[in-house]
Amino acid sequence: MAEEFPAENEPALLHENRRLFLKQSVTLAGLALAPTPFFGPAALNVEEIPGGDAENVKLSISVNGVKKSLSIDPRVTLLDLLRERLALTGTKKGCDFGQCGACTVHVDGQRVLSCLSLAVMQQDKKVVTIEGLGKLDQLHPLQEAFIKHDGFQCGYCTPGQLMSAACCIREGKAGSEAEIQEYMSGNLCRCGAYPNIVNAILEVKNSGQKV
Amino acid sequence: MRPFQYIRPKNVKEAVDMVSLEENARFIAGGTNLVDLMKRNIETPDKLVDITHLPLKKIEYHSGTLRIGALALNSDVAEHAIVNSRFPLLAKAIDAGASGQLRNMATVGGNLLQRTRCAYFYDTAFPCNKRQLETGCAAVGGINRMHAIFGLEKNDLEKSCIAVHPSDMCVALAALDAIIITFGPKGERKIPIQDFHRLPGNRPDLDSILEKGELILAVELKSNTFQQHTHYLKIRDRAAYAFAIVSAAVALDVQQDQIRAARVALGGVAHKPWRLFDVEKALAGKPISQNTFRNAAAVSVADAKTFEHNAFKIKLLPNVILEALMNAAGLEPSYD
Repeated sequence: MAEEFPAENEPALLHENRRLFLKQSVTLAGLALAPTPFFGPAALNVEEIPGGDAENVKLSISVNGVKKSLSIDPRVTLLDLLRERLALTGTKKGCDFGQCGACTVHVDGQRVLSCLSLAVMQQDKKVVTIEGLGKLDQLHPLQEAFIKHDGFQCGYCTPGQLMSAACCIREGKAGSEAEIQEYMSGNLCRCGAYPNIVNAILEVKNSGQKV
Repeated sequence: MRPFQYIRPKNVKEAVDMVSLEENARFIAGGTNLVDLMKRNIETPDKLVDITHLPLKKIEYHSGTLRIGALALNSDVAEHAIVNSRFPLLAKAIDAGASGQLRNMATVGGNLLQRTRCAYFYDTAFPCNKRQLETGCAAVGGINRMHAIFGLEKNDLEKSCIAVHPSDMCVALAALDAIIITFGPKGERKIPIQDFHRLPGNRPDLDSILEKGELILAVELKSNTFQQHTHYLKIRDRAAYAFAIVSAAVALDVQQDQIRAARVALGGVAHKPWRLFDVEKALAGKPISQNTFRNAAAVSVADAKTFEHNAFKIKLLPNVILEALMNAAGLEPSYD
């Protein structure tokens, strides 16, 4: 599904151009104000802009099996990269502070919180989002089970619940209701669909299907 | 988030140079606390030195010593076979902290250095001596049910801090006398965990004795005789995924129902993981029994100081220690 979205979409390019423009403006402004002895090659060098200036950084990353080569601001979280840059909006922004689990994705097969992951630190990593878990014509067993057991009401936490649940089973931590409750505790559901979520996970685990 | 320069050093030496020589540079590994703090502009580094590529991930056991690389993930440590067989207390404590996702991101070094979860530290609308020295402490007269009861007696509360260290892992490391191995501008050093974290005093901004640019390389644990009888009991506001109100890591060396030695450390009660040496002394040489444990646990709160909302910890704490000890010894409690 990710192939539908170009690696470099338009808003991102606009953003880059704006940054370049700002950088040039700052340099020129600096030149205008600088005392004469500072006129010279050093003053024209953008590297000389005083500390704290964020330079864009190159990033190679695989998202749902598609390799992307990007140039990003180092402040961008993996969550914002997915949603704002790659238009993969299935991954949800809940608290944005690592407390709710709505942003859970897989990085190199492990469940992590994309809101607390800087995208620039994911060099050469393989990311799987909810868009890469199942297919539209063939849902993932956990997606089927969540529908069957009413594992959601509003659905906002569901992508995170599903990504987390897949790893919970793979990690061997879905052996009982109590174990699922403990090892899924990083995914909050304010609708309170917890019992149904647990039932859905338990059913998939007991079915022995590949997750 | 403020702009910063992102740097990926080639080796430990380069990483240490970058942070020690730059005025406002920080190491980043798991980022589970630092990124959170940067989003709130509580941490505002100019340079972020990503150390996740450095070769500090190994967990090795050689001639009686377990060496856990600083970049080993919390989940890798908790799942490790030797950790579970020889240091089960550590695995239990790590599993009691955070969530599956966070344990997959957080490193052992980062866990040692995580900041307090005091709500006033995170809310920049309130004064906080830890965030900004000599601005005052909003917790002293505020909502302080989560706050410290130990390590406060010598502090000037106007300038100090009553927040607690939030880690579960560190409580187990304190009970197991871990050694923290670091490398800094002055070379390598070994720091016993008792000396690693600080009491707040008049410098609550400093959580540990690490110097600028000093990097944790590994944590070492010596093999011990406690692995048969350990327990980590964490009391929190919900059943899972919450910081401790009080937690206890206990370990007993038992032979023929006699306690040869004991270790008791607490979380959620002080600015650092809190060892209870007096309780340990009260246990040593005694037979395992509910009476022994109750009498020893009663010693635990002798030096406690409480605030408006956390006086309940004085009553809770001996019960938590008692239950943890009963569990470690495999005894069924009888309540009269």
